[in-house]
Amino acid sequence: MKWLRFIADPPTTPKGVEKRHPRPKTGVYYDVEWSRGPAAKLIRRMTVWGFMKPAIRIYGSPRVVGADRLKEVEGPVIFAANHHSHADTSLLLATIPAHLRRDLAPLGGADYFFKSRWAGALSALFIGAIPIERTKLSKLSIKNAEKAIKRGDNLLIFPEGGRSPDGWTRKHRPGAAFVAKRANVSVIPTYIDGTGRILPKGKNWPTRARCAVVFGHPLQATEGEDARSFAERIETKINELADEFGSGWWEARKRAHAGTTPDLHGPDGGAWRRRWALGPAPGQKRRSPSAKRWPNI
Amino acid sequence: MAPANRPSPRPGFTLDVDRQTPPILFHHGEGFRMEKLPVGRSRVIYPSEPLNGLKDPDHEIVQALLNPIDDDPLPSLLTPGMKLTIAFDDLSLPLPPMQRPDVRQRIIEAVLDMAAAAGVDDVHIVAALALHRRMTEAELRHAVGDRVYEAFAPHGLLYNLDAEDPDEMVILGETDHEGHGPHKETVQMQRRAAESDLVVYVNINLVSMDGGWKSTATGLSGYAGVRSHHNPETMTRSKSFMDQDASELHRSNWRQGEVIKKHGPRIFQIETTLNTNTFGYDGPLAMLQKREWEWSMRDRTAFSAMQMGLKRMTPAQKRKAFHSWKAPYELTSVQAGEVEAVHKKTTEMVYKQHMVPVEGQTDVVTMGLPYLSPYNVNSIMNPILVAVQGLGYFFNLYRGKPVVREGGVLIMSHPTPWEFHPVHHPSYIDFFEQVLADTTDPVEMQHKYEKQFAEDEWYRHLYRTSYAYHGVHPFYMWYWCSHALEHLGGVIVVGGDNKAVRRLGFKPASTLPDALEMAEDIVGPKPTITHLHNPPILMADVK
Repeated sequence: MKWLRFIADPPTTPKGVEKRHPRPKTGVYYDVEWSRGPAAKLIRRMTVWGFMKPAIRIYGSPRVVGADRLKEVEGPVIFAANHHSHADTSLLLATIPAHLRRDLAPLGGADYFFKSRWAGALSALFIGAIPIERTKLSKLSIKNAEKAIKRGDNLLIFPEGGRSPDGWTRKHRPGAAFVAKRANVSVIPTYIDGTGRILPKGKNWPTRARCAVVFGHPLQATEGEDARSFAERIETKINELADEFGSGWWEARKRAHAGTTPDLHGPDGGAWRRRWALGPAPGQKRRSPSAKRWPNI
Repeated sequence: MAPANRPSPRPGFTLDVDRQTPPILFHHGEGFRMEKLPVGRSRVIYPSEPLNGLKDPDHEIVQALLNPIDDDPLPSLLTPGMKLTIAFDDLSLPLPPMQRPDVRQRIIEAVLDMAAAAGVDDVHIVAALALHRRMTEAELRHAVGDRVYEAFAPHGLLYNLDAEDPDEMVILGETDHEGHGPHKETVQMQRRAAESDLVVYVNINLVSMDGGWKSTATGLSGYAGVRSHHNPETMTRSKSFMDQDASELHRSNWRQGEVIKKHGPRIFQIETTLNTNTFGYDGPLAMLQKREWEWSMRDRTAFSAMQMGLKRMTPAQKRKAFHSWKAPYELTSVQAGEVEAVHKKTTEMVYKQHMVPVEGQTDVVTMGLPYLSPYNVNSIMNPILVAVQGLGYFFNLYRGKPVVREGGVLIMSHPTPWEFHPVHHPSYIDFFEQVLADTTDPVEMQHKYEKQFAEDEWYRHLYRTSYAYHGVHPFYMWYWCSHALEHLGGVIVVGGDNKAVRRLGFKPASTLPDALEMAEDIVGPKPTITHLHNPPILMADVK
């Protein structure tokens, strides 16, 4: 078994010799090029059809709204969505219209999805993820995203930078808008509802709950618009889509034009107040003040 | 959407059949026939290839609403507190129904978006179906989209027109014309539309007859208004009703339009044209809009497989399969504004897509009738609808002169089953059994039977509460055949149900060669033959 140890154990560096630090191969440095070939794409397609679609259908029975708005859209584009859960990526991979889904590359947090080579390989192979740093807008992250767009991939970005901890959305970061502006591509605002009940942050096993995805019309940065204001416009559009889903298209349009669309940030205040403002989960009822507190004996 | 490498579309043309010509495709209801036409005296009129669709239809729609023809921009017509009615063409357009999103959905959403911006609250959306059957929820959802349906239908603000509701229909007046037939030219309109500050009418102009004043004068009208021009006298004076300059139907609608201008609401007309991409550039039916000598090995394989599959299917299965087809039509133009100015531009676009120049008339015209007519969407194409598809629509798709000479023969291919949809076409059943058994003369049946069917309480009840065409509708279908019946020396149906064909007053033939031989008895030996390769739709410009 000596030869096996010989192969497995790396050689030690002699003292006095300066150790060469190779470029890291994890995190944002992870090279995903190998996962863009036809074989990997086929595996991804099989994963979507064989696993993600059935799983999301069983756990979420998703309702898709606004897919008709994407009929004439040609890639590459960036899907920008609110983020509740790991189920969001599966939901979008299962519901984005086929012509845009084929080359979909979600941008995944380098510190989470690419923290080791194994994690990176699985993320790149099965969901086609591309590493991006969530804490800052680094050159390498932008380069990775631009390279994917040049290749013809459609990107999926969650501009909040991570999953919602409490069901409300967080302020959008300008990454998606910045990349869209630089690469001159459209952004598809996308609202996701209900996945936070299927697999919320902190849970490892999904539960069944209905979910939905609402696609909006593509948005393009206007001349002279900076990334920050474009990001705000994308966020407003996602709020409008949420309003459309909650109260109907006509009411939402009227509120949008009146500038009274409710945002998704929730009220200021303590954690319980924010949770309380979300209301009861579907199927649950809050006890009414007049309800009896003790059972009849 | 058209493939990026699609060559520019070729115009339609007339092919002289020679020995090298492959068998020609004939539609035959829920099936197809491949027919060899006699060499040396036959020609085939092929439609133009589909024009390229607009790249960004939603943008073009908004531009049309902001820059209307001979009218103010739509946002300037919208004010808070106003009554706005949006009317749209019913399920008889387009044919086959188009893939989602339907063009009506795109337009209605754009109009509503502007209404929302202007703070308009009182909005009604109405399917302008006149005497057609009511649309089901699924059909309405398909036409206007789920977003609009869910926002308006639950509140009773999106609905089918009920032209038999005495409280909801008003008479706007009469035209100066005394009218053809027994009735004066009355103009009737839905009360809500008539009392609105603005009516936005959303059209799909599939053929040149659609749109213009016909939309509001007919679509939002009932029996009192429609009977003014849906009669044999008007139809025999319309040569053809697809050619506006020679159509009495068109003139009658325009006269009614004058009354609407004087006594009716302000109309903001939106008209759209689609290309003829009926069966797709690729996909299982793509070969149906290709020329036969250009069918690839894949096309031939797919067609053979389809034929084999159809042989093993029951009529109901075949119907279900064909009616599930949604055409990938593309929007080629959209214009909005004043009715007549808009319609002029729309007609130019329709002609650009459909018109094919044809030299001279012929002794015999042949046509393969498909599974669908405007009145059997998600339904059965009964013998009366077969007749109106051939003699009403296809025969009238000409400008100048009919393709076939006076006294010539029309041969159409269709199974013509003695079968009716009992929910959609109840009065058709009685019309076929009772009226056609007595007479096939449109004028005679008009005087003898029309009133009885039009005012029958049971048909009225079914029209209002079920999904039935109005009691008078089969009469109108037969009237639409009037011009052809007067012009032709004979009509032969290939492959049809013998009894049903004879009831229509036509002759049955089992094969095309048999039909051609029978035609020789009427037009003489060795007749010239012209085949209309339709659909996709074409209109013959006969010199």
